[in-house]
Amino acid sequence: MSGKSRSADGGWPWLFVLPTFLGVLVFYLWPLVKTLYDSFTETGPFGGSTWVGAANYSQLVGDTEVYRAILNTVVYTAIVLLGIPLAVLFASLLNRPNLRFAMLYRTLFFLPYVAMPTAISLVWRIIYNGDYGVLNQALGVIGIDGPSWITQEWFALVAVALLGLWLSIGFNMVVLSAGLKSIPGELYEAASLDGAGAVQQFRAITVPLLTPSIFFLSVITTIAGFQLFDQLFALLGPVNPVMPKTQSLVFLFYEAAFVSNERGYAAAVAVLILLVVGLLTLFQFRFQRRWVNYGQ
Amino acid sequence: MPMRIPSFVAGVVLAALALTARGSNSDSGSEAKVPDNPADVKGDITYAIWDVNQQPAMQEIVKAFNTKYPNVKVSISLAVFDQYFTKLKTQASSDNLPDVFWMNGPNFQLFAANKQLGTLDGLLEAKQVDPANYPKALNELYSLDGKQYGVPKDYDTIALWYNKKLFADAKVEPPTAEWTWDDYKAAAGKLKAALGSKGIFATADTLGNQADYYPAMLSNGGFVIKDGKSGYSDPKSIEALQFWSDMVKAGYTPTAAQNAESPSQDRFFAGKAAMMWNGNWVVSAALKSQYKDDFTVVPLPKAPSGDRKTVIHGIGNVMRAKSKNPAAAAAFLAFLGSKDAALIQAKAGAANPAFTGTQTDFVNSAPAYNLKTYIDAAEQYAEPYPASKDTAVWNKLETDLIAPAFGGDKPMSEVAPEVATKMDEALGKEK
Repeated sequence: MSGKSRSADGGWPWLFVLPTFLGVLVFYLWPLVKTLYDSFTETGPFGGSTWVGAANYSQLVGDTEVYRAILNTVVYTAIVLLGIPLAVLFASLLNRPNLRFAMLYRTLFFLPYVAMPTAISLVWRIIYNGDYGVLNQALGVIGIDGPSWITQEWFALVAVALLGLWLSIGFNMVVLSAGLKSIPGELYEAASLDGAGAVQQFRAITVPLLTPSIFFLSVITTIAGFQLFDQLFALLGPVNPVMPKTQSLVFLFYEAAFVSNERGYAAAVAVLILLVVGLLTLFQFRFQRRWVNYGQ
Repeated sequence: MPMRIPSFVAGVVLAALALTARGSNSDSGSEAKVPDNPADVKGDITYAIWDVNQQPAMQEIVKAFNTKYPNVKVSISLAVFDQYFTKLKTQASSDNLPDVFWMNGPNFQLFAANKQLGTLDGLLEAKQVDPANYPKALNELYSLDGKQYGVPKDYDTIALWYNKKLFADAKVEPPTAEWTWDDYKAAAGKLKAALGSKGIFATADTLGNQADYYPAMLSNGGFVIKDGKSGYSDPKSIEALQFWSDMVKAGYTPTAAQNAESPSQDRFFAGKAAMMWNGNWVVSAALKSQYKDDFTVVPLPKAPSGDRKTVIHGIGNVMRAKSKNPAAAAAFLAFLGSKDAALIQAKAGAANPAFTGTQTDFVNSAPAYNLKTYIDAAEQYAEPYPASKDTAVWNKLETDLIAPAFGGDKPMSEVAPEVATKMDEALGKEK
């Protein structure tokens, strides 16, 4: 049957796939191959490359900035991942029946996600300002003398990560709300008949049945976390003395490619990012069997 | 619909013409000169710039150009500065550079050495551009290996700004042209004592290279780069850097961190700092301040040796090496370097034109600021902006290592030689 239909269709199915396939080929696969190739060359700002073998990779291994950038990126991603449990909490609270102003809350949570990240970063620059920032004013009320958030080592990274976390909650909640809607109401009814309280229901029904959404979010958040660039750049500003200690992997890539004009080295950094993200994602997919509940 | 075919045919013919024109002129950038009859110059060219504030003046210039060359259509393409050079490099690698475009000092040698720019040889020979019309340091800035590529468009130098009212409040004698660094520091001490409690800084120096430590290094007899070698290990350069570091350490000048949170020059314009070294590019910002009537300008203080130097930097107009329309590009470039174009710019008040004798309108745009200081600086004690082929690489060392060290515990005699080593290493890699 399948053999027959294939011959009957001829090449037609390929024709329909072609536009998408061409797009993927030109905009994803080709750049990937080109980047891989470039990472073994020394490429100047105007093209014109010479093969240098693994020189860029040995430079990468010997570059202390790379290790710090990996650490920073991991810390950032870890903090932003905390947005998932928070979003689970908020989403289930918002999903309670008879909640007043539910739409308003939803809008408020989702608003940061649709706003322009750079514009938001500039607003947060003012919030974090050490001299007159709202955050330190608030901390002052409870007797804490706040640091100068965006210009001190580690505080700057935490400041960027808190912004990332806040930005991520809106999207997380949309995904989780959809997941919550697919949990059959009977389960909760049965549970309350058995005498389970709200907290027990949350632990025994809501969280396990949300695990597919949570898994999806943790994969997406990790990948996005490793792409940290614009918030960092816009929040800290270009001449920040703390930048060398706060930069992310993508920032390192940007500086190599567009500031120092070392495109070969930049390509090697890009390949490193790809490898790390690929490995983490692979690991997550392997590990998911242990905790993700697909409801068999 | 009926229009479709003729325009398509016309397109093909034009494309074919463009191809042949390009084939025959592929290496003519350096020989480009302007035909005798302006009407013979025809075609479309693009002109790339990065400052939206100057766009109206540039459009005026195009209009004036067209009264002379009616058959050339110039389209202005604007990209903000942060993306401008990234865009140019991308365009260059796909052989698609604009015909004429703005260039700056740090990027010039990179483009020229990679054969992306046309020389001015043809225009100089035909006397359509005369370097004698521009400050010498700017001609040098846009020359490489004995050939000039850029026509200076405008320039900026550095001088001392101060707030007359804050000096009066603090009962401190205002700066004069005879001040030395010691006077600057002593006044800063008095200003801090009188105004510090009100949250007012003595100085608003941003400790950037161009406005603060380059002029200091040069005034003190040091250098930034000479014969392909870094000047950061030179004792005179280090002394100058230490001067700034001491200013920060004494609490007279904001730290790099304070500066990153709120740019220090904003403190000056907000009446929260009494003086600063800065360029004439801040004039329009000064005029927008509510304290604008309190500001004025004097020459930079002199180094202990009695010498005074500033860097001079300016935008240069350049043309692409392989323009599809070299005659039109050369004609436009020559016009951009003319006195007429300079006067249009000066009237618009957006930039201080490079053409000697055309700065009056700019100086008069803010009579109270004594902007002639900047012109005198350019004519009397300016040195070219330090640059090499890969300026951006060692500029990054400056931002990452020098800037954060001001006011720090590590003396400049330790920080600067480290920068020199790395900078020399980077300079050695330039080919």
